[in-house]
Formats: sequence, C-alpha cells, structure tokens
Amino acid sequence: MKKAFSKVYLLLVFLFLYVPIVIMMALSFNASKSRAVWAGFSTKWYEELWRSASIMDAVKNTFTIALISSAAATVLGVLACIGIMAMSRRGKTVTMAVNNIPLLNADIVTGLSLMLTYVFFGISLGYGTIVFAHITFNVPYVILSVMPRLKNSSRSTYEAAMDLGASPVRAFFAVVMPEIMPGIVSGFLLSFSMSIDDFIITYFTKGAGVNTISTMIYTQVRRGIVPSMYALSTILFVLVMVLLLITNFAPAAKSRDDSKKGK
Amino acid sequence: MSDRRSTRRRLLAGPYIVWMVLFTLVPLAMIFVYGFTAPQGGLTMANILAVGQKENLKALLLSLKLSLLCTVICLLLAYPLAMILRSNTKSSASLIVFIFILPMWMNFLLRTLAWQILLENNGVINTVLTFFGLPKAKMINTEGAIVLGMVYNYLPFMVLPLYNVLTKIDDSIFEAARDLGANSFWTFVRVTVPLSVPGIISGITMVFVPALTTFVISDLLGGGKILLIGNVIEQKFTTTYNWNVGSGLSIVLMIFVIGSMAVLQIFDKDGEGTAL
Repeated sequence: MKKAFSKVYLLLVFLFLYVPIVIMMALSFNASKSRAVWAGFSTKWYEELWRSASIMDAVKNTFTIALISSAAATVLGVLACIGIMAMSRRGKTVTMAVNNIPLLNADIVTGLSLMLTYVFFGISLGYGTIVFAHITFNVPYVILSVMPRLKNSSRSTYEAAMDLGASPVRAFFAVVMPEIMPGIVSGFLLSFSMSIDDFIITYFTKGAGVNTISTMIYTQVRRGIVPSMYALSTILFVLVMVLLLITNFAPAAKSRDDSKKGK
Repeated sequence: MSDRRSTRRRLLAGPYIVWMVLFTLVPLAMIFVYGFTAPQGGLTMANILAVGQKENLKALLLSLKLSLLCTVICLLLAYPLAMILRSNTKSSASLIVFIFILPMWMNFLLRTLAWQILLENNGVINTVLTFFGLPKAKMINTEGAIVLGMVYNYLPFMVLPLYNVLTKIDDSIFEAARDLGANSFWTFVRVTVPLSVPGIISGITMVFVPALTTFVISDLLGGGKILLIGNVIEQKFTTTYNWNVGSGLSIVLMIFVIGSMAVLQIFDKDGEGTAL
C-alpha cells in the first residue's frame, strides 16, 4: 500500500516536471507557427535554426560568455581558496561573508547594482559587462566547491614534497592540485551551467544588440516566439541529457563490470 | 620562514579581493547612493518611503503572499518525495535525483513559457477539458498561475537539500526510536523532522528568496497585469527610468531577504540544539 502510494506520487511529480518539456519539444516539430494548432510534423524550424544569424549569434554569445566567465572564475576562485586558507580567522570570516553576498542576494538586486555601477563609471554596456557580471556570480560557486576539498587535503604530503626539494609552486601542482581536482571540476561545471541558465543578471548588464539565448527568448515573448527557439532548446536539452547520462551512469556501470570481473 | 610563506600565500587571494570590492561592494554601495539621494541631488528618505505608496505596497504584500504560499507548497510536495527517495536503493535514488535535475537544463524562460501554453484560454488543458465536455477554466493571468510557475521552477531547490539531509540520517536512529516505543507518526515528528531542520532551512532559503524577488514568472504567467515587487522595481529601471526610487525599493527588498534569513537562522540554531 505504502509502496503503491510512493510509486503513484513519484509518477505525478514526474508528469508535473516533464509535461511542459514535452510540450516544448512537440512544438519544435509543429509545422505551424501557432501554438494552438497542430499543423503536422515538420523539421523546418530546425533547418531555419542554422540559417538564422541572430540565433546563432545568441548561441555563440551564451557559450563563449559561459566558458570565459567560468574559466576566469575557476582561476580566481582556486587562488582565492589557497589565500583564504592562509588568512587569520577574522580575515577568513570577512572574506567568506563578502563572497556569499552574490549567492544570497536576489538576482535582480545583483543585476541592478552592477548596471548602476557600469553606468555611473561610464562603462558602456555590452558583451564585456556581461562577462564581468557572470564572473562575479560564478566565483562563489567555485569557492564553495573547492574550499571543502582544500580543507580536507592533507598538509603533510604538501610539506613532504617540499622537504624533498620541491618548490611551493611545484609541490602545489604535484600534490595538492590532484587532491582538489574534483572540487575544481565541479566548481567549473556548476558555474558554467549557472552562467548558461542566467537570465536576470544578463538582462540588466547587457547592452543593446548583444543577446544570449535567454534574453533573446524574453524579447520574443511579446512579439511571439519563433519556434526555432523551441528547436534550439530541444537540441540543447537532449545534448545535456546524453552528456549527463554518460558521465553519471557510465562510471557506475563500468565499476560494476570491474567488480564482477574481480569476482 | 613559514610566516613569510603564509603571507605570500595570502596574497593569492588578492585578485579576488580586488574583484569583490569592485564588483560586489562598490555596486552594493551604488544602490545605497541612488536609494538615499534625490534625482536632483541631496539626501532623502523618499525613495525608501515610496514602498508605502499604494501600488508599491500592494505589490510587496502580494509578493510576500505568493512566495510564502510557494514555499509552503514546495515543502509539502518535497518532503514526502525526499522520504521516498531515501527509502529507495542508492542507484535508483540517484536516477530519480537525476530526473529532478534534468528539467533545469531546459531554458528557465521556455520552461515557464510552456506553462503559458498549458494554461491559456485556448491552451492544452482547456482543449482537453472541452473535449470531455467540461467547461473551460480561467487559469492564465491569475495569482494561482504565478504560484504554479514558482513551484515548478523552484521545487528542485527544496527537494535536493532535503534529500541530502535525510540520506545522512543513520537507519539505526529510527530503529532506536521504534525500540523505545515510538510509533511511525511520533518517530517522524520527534526524530525525522528535527534531524532534517538544516535541509528544511536551506530549502526554504533557496525557494523563498527567488520567489519573493522574481519578475519573470509574474510577467509570463500573470500577463503583465499582476505586479509583484520585482516587476515594480524592474519597471522603475527599464520603463519609467526612476532609478532612485528603484534603488530605494531594492533596499527594502534586501531588508526582507536579510530579515527572512535571520529568522531562519534562529530556527536552525534551535534545531541543532535539540538534535544534540
């Protein structure tokens, strides 16, 4: 009885989460531009996608902004973690408190405050201002992922490496880096995905003529969405699903195989 | 020697500290500068007090109402879900968690827009209703539609911390409670819930703050007729260009965000106290 209830409950939540997504995907194959009429199956929105320079521009912007900002955030964040670890207790508390501001603050306030600053200092809004904004909200995610790893990494191996004649930099790359690598990777991926999905902060810090996928959809909402956007999102969704499936479940399957072989 | 080394290591945080000053602290200060000055210059409280104006106050109260409602619904939906996930085997639970994270990879705006298509007067749900000979329901551009959109977007933020906290509780604790004579109801109330307080707190924070401050969901599902405080602030910056009042209202919004966190912090301390 209890088991049946939990199955039904999971199914209902599953439907709640996926019905809208299925609708989006279905519309990407609709021959008509209207959302209310099903005019038959067509892949024309997918073909149009490649031909639309403005959509391709938005895709390029979205991914380059995410890549640049998360790479920069990873470097800044990892350096900051090492520095913070060497700080006094008070310095640590203050730095971490400021680091948490973009995480806890409302996105609309973060975006507006950056826009006010750019305008006040006469920095013209454009591609660069979006990148700076994204770095700002990405570093805290890197620090949150790397800091626990760094705290748990053993100091003694690092010191042993230096006793054996390695310079501090070499000791870091040879000994500490491999230990904190999973944290660095997850920090990078987390900030990359945050950057891709961001709308609000990009909306306030972007200049005219620069669009990401999100801001493009938002401007289209009033005029009517071009179904190519559904097609684009369907492609991205399937791509991510495949990637996540491979990374999440391939290692598990492999280790299961290995343990079977071991027996 | 080691002192010098730690000084040098501390310098590695330098670039980020400069970054935080330029891109976090200065911008925050700018909000306060604009919020406490008049457009012509001179200090004023008028921008903060603007929250008392009828339409602004209405938007703020509505935001509070809808975001609280969304938080309560998310908690009620997520708790049984996290319990079910906990009772599953590890591999099937990780598959289900994966299923929960995956929708977040559909663009946030399109996900919300999909609900517009479902709820519209000639939308999918109403088409199904008329097919079965039922009367059409007015769903789009209502407060309910906005709450639905909020729950849809923020439910994973409630499920994940709850699930993380619940899986960390050792099974033997539940067995001990049962051995000591507690039935499943009292085990839940006196053991499970208190032990999951940290997860509840972080779930509430992660749902309440974005729901309170959103302007996108209300824009897409409220049809521009139902204004939340986020919409009011957004319009002050993008349509009416009254940046000073917009900043003043942002400060009020920040006060509510910080206030809600302070309240939650009190509960968190209590929770840890009883857990010990």
